[in-house]
Amino acid sequence: MNSVIRGASYILAFAPDMVIHNGTTQTTERTVNPNSEYLKQIKDHLRTFEQVVKYLPNQTYIGNIHPDELAKYEQPWNDKEVEGFGRFGKYGEIMPQDEFIVLMQMCDVFDLVKLEKNFLESTKEKLSQHPLFDESLMNRISEGEEAQVVKKYVDEEHAEPLYNNGELIGCVKRAHDIDINLSAHVMLENLVSKASNVLALLNLIAKNNVNKEEIDYIIDCCEEACGDMNQRGGGNFAKACAEVAGFVNATGSDTRGFCAGPTHALIEAAALVKAGVYKNVVVSAGGCTAKLGMNGKDHIKKGLPILEDVLGGFAVLVSENDGISPEINLDLIGRHTVGTGSSPQAVITSLVSSLDKVGMKITDVDKYSVEMQNPDVTKPAGAGDVPLANYKMIGALAVKRGDIEKKDLQEFTEKHGMIGWAPTQGHIPSGVPYIGFCRQDILDGKIKNAMIVGKGSLFLGRMTNLFDGVSFIVEANKGKEEEKSAVSEDKVKELIAQALKNFASNLLAE
Amino acid sequence: MDLENQKRVKEFAEKYGAENIVVVLGAAEGEAAGLAAETVTNGDPTFAGPLTGVQLGLSVFHVCEPEIKNEVDESVYDEQISMMEMVLDVDDIISEMTPIREDFCKYL
Amino acid sequence: MSLLNGKKVIIIGDRDGIPGPAIEECVKTAGAEVVFSSTECFV
Repeated sequence: MNSVIRGASYILAFAPDMVIHNGTTQTTERTVNPNSEYLKQIKDHLRTFEQVVKYLPNQTYIGNIHPDELAKYEQPWNDKEVEGFGRFGKYGEIMPQDEFIVLMQMCDVFDLVKLEKNFLESTKEKLSQHPLFDESLMNRISEGEEAQVVKKYVDEEHAEPLYNNGELIGCVKRAHDIDINLSAHVMLENLVSKASNVLALLNLIAKNNVNKEEIDYIIDCCEEACGDMNQRGGGNFAKACAEVAGFVNATGSDTRGFCAGPTHALIEAAALVKAGVYKNVVVSAGGCTAKLGMNGKDHIKKGLPILEDVLGGFAVLVSENDGISPEINLDLIGRHTVGTGSSPQAVITSLVSSLDKVGMKITDVDKYSVEMQNPDVTKPAGAGDVPLANYKMIGALAVKRGDIEKKDLQEFTEKHGMIGWAPTQGHIPSGVPYIGFCRQDILDGKIKNAMIVGKGSLFLGRMTNLFDGVSFIVEANKGKEEEKSAVSEDKVKELIAQALKNFASNLLAE
Repeated sequence: MDLENQKRVKEFAEKYGAENIVVVLGAAEGEAAGLAAETVTNGDPTFAGPLTGVQLGLSVFHVCEPEIKNEVDESVYDEQISMMEMVLDVDDIISEMTPIREDFCKYL
Repeated sequence: MSLLNGKKVIIIGDRDGIPGPAIEECVKTAGAEVVFSSTECFV
């Protein structure tokens, strides 16, 4: 029986100071052009937490505004504020930077995150009001440090500074004096990824009526690597996150595939559950500091605020068939293979033509969830409207296959596509942002199925020039009864007993 | 343009001679194509990379521009590019590329 | 006169436009020698 999507969560962490200090566009600029105008301008182009909460795509990401509703607002969205919603949403939350920094400390088990005591005390007070932070999490917070101690770590011991509102309020120490894989820079990136993943896990449990103890396995699919000089990408983010989230009965592992990682991981999770290896598998990922403000130069040039100011995270729970939740159909997996080639049409054909196996047309899939990057971010940066480009390609393929007529292309992109809303955090926008809404839309009978597509730029790792991608179909639950095996469990036992008996008597006969 | 790519462009121009090189772009939008074209002709307009202030004046085209399309085997172009060509705003790309070539290309 | 024939070609592809290897296939048919091919990613 197919496994099902039992729940999903989506979180954002506002990180304006990390835009300045940890985003690679900015760190690169600081190296090559330390006195540039751009670096001087950034701080005047950062949004406030309130603005980020009122930003339409962010409210869509955490589940408060359905993509169909978002599409009704005229673009651009950066000049609009939506009222009536707060930091908490149907599927998750938007966390302010100060709370997130303390969460990083909760996730640090090697005494690397040092926080100034006044900052820590006031933020701890705020966090104690947070509905998801119980005593066991609050107890993970360490003692605060004097400001000069923090400064000393930064000035003399290569610690990465942590800022809030431009003020030095802490640091991440290096975990080794020589090993660059454990440098303060790497530790900061990894702790950010871990903390945002943990926040997604906490929300997954809280918003989906699941017990932590039920989780058997967790797959982390972010784009970071943790390990030391002898095993640079050894892992294991998944288990480390499960530990903090309190998944006492879970183990886990990491799956990587650039932006295609989450879709690969979901297929693996669905297969593990369908095969009966585990009952409840979580696929999750945290966000990425490096991509903060990635297109900041273009945004500032156009007089916009820096729109890449949030870290993203998500978690999806894949479970045994409950007879209700939408199923992952593992018979319809699309794959970009080594032999597929790199042309965009070859890529999209390989991902969509899994439908041929059962004679489905492209139009038989109600919604396609592709790379759901927010166009409000990418269009001013010259990267175009990424989801729309994907939908046009799928539409063009449908024309080529004779599934639709050319004149219906625009209608196809509107009917089977969606407007993008996810932050440009690499793996975060890739296929998965729709899974929460998709589950609800299928349960509500709004749609009957959807294709989740993940694509990855493998060439960025300089190991291959290949592209990658996988896809799968989520569809309405067919009900437990229908799929029941023709042979009952008792019958199987009886057959096995008979076979063993025969085997034994044969042995005796010899 | 990515800093490493700028470095490579500069190295190849020195190695083979700027007059022997043609840069072919695949950018998704006219503006991005224009920025890349400007980088390899008049220097990096973002003042970030090794081509800042370096006026190589290389010949540069987007793969969807007719100058390139007309020289490529039709069936290969059809197989590799044609569907994406439907998605891209080719007119916008041409209108961004043309003035940059006119102003800064030294070898056309 | 041919633009590509006999020339050294540098390809700067785009993940969300035309990726490097697709451009490579094309320009080779015009008699160009590809000396460098890269694909950029803005997302």
